Amino acid sequence: MIWRVAPTLMLFLSLCAGLASAAIDTYEFEEEALRIRYRALATELRCPKCQNQNIADSNAPVAMDLRAQLYRLLHEGYSDEEIVTFMVARYGEFIRYRPPVNYQTAVLWSAPALFILIGGWLLFRSVRRTSTNKSDVATLNGEESAALAFLVSDDVIGGEDT
Amino acid sequence: MGRLKLFVPLIICAVMGVVLFRGLDLDPQELPSALIGKPLPEFALPGLDGGTVTQKDLLGEVALINVWATWCIACKVEHPYLTRLAESGLAIYGINSKDDDDAALQWLHQLGNPYRINIADHEGSLGIDLGVYGAPETFLIDADGTIHYRHVGIVDERVWREVLLPLVQRLRGDSV
Repeated sequence: MIWRVAPTLMLFLSLCAGLASAAIDTYEFEEEALRIRYRALATELRCPKCQNQNIADSNAPVAMDLRAQLYRLLHEGYSDEEIVTFMVARYGEFIRYRPPVNYQTAVLWSAPALFILIGGWLLFRSVRRTSTNKSDVATLNGEESAALAFLVSDDVIGGEDT
Repeated sequence: MGRLKLFVPLIICAVMGVVLFRGLDLDPQELPSALIGKPLPEFALPGLDGGTVTQKDLLGEVALINVWATWCIACKVEHPYLTRLAESGLAIYGINSKDDDDAALQWLHQLGNPYRINIADHEGSLGIDLGVYGAPETFLIDADGTIHYRHVGIVDERVWREVLLPLVQRLRGDSV
């Protein structure tokens, strides 16, 4: 029994290890709401130094500084939007994992929809072509059907085997 | 027309190849500063030699602002070149980032001081206002304190001659 659950257990434990390696924060929050906003913003903001991590996961010095700054801004009563604006003003749009929709990011945001549309159109065309091709397939006349039936019958196939 | 369609995959491949090949030359670590064209942020921080330094103390001529620290190994590599630039008459100001004052003063005593003024940014608050994400970083400002360029990494002969010097000359020409 233990052998059967072992792989599942190992998978579970390895996933836990990933969670545990995230940066540990020592900030204390009196209000739960602030803590939740802190968590959300720290995962939304990208670390400028280690570019594939958010500032919550990164232990780069700049990420620590930005977490401290985020903590301060939250306690100074900044709204989420004001905090993001604050960070963008200093570190550029790069710091947002979710870029805003504007003319510069129009291609970025519309690309998935465009790909689906183009893919759907190609699929539709190829499906329609196959279905029209089907009507071109010649049907067998009586004689040919009989010949086919004879060829696939056990007499012929079985005969070749022995 | 039917025959031409056969070339579509080849064309797609060729375009992708060109785009991806071009991407090899790009450095994803090199981020444009969000402060280009903006004035220096306002601040009032202690100077390494005492007193208080504000952004107004850095105005008056085209200058470099260098973010450095004794914990930054690359800064030590960069230091002799900054000293040479300062000796040639260029105004260089220092932001001593998240450092120990005594260690910083000792460093300047031992290696020489290219900085006209050094700002002791203990908390790194000025660093955040400037969008600094590592040291060394060097900003180029004009006489009015407008930021024109940010260089991430070491300023050496090549960076100075190919990037900074032409900008400095242009800015000096503008302000005359």
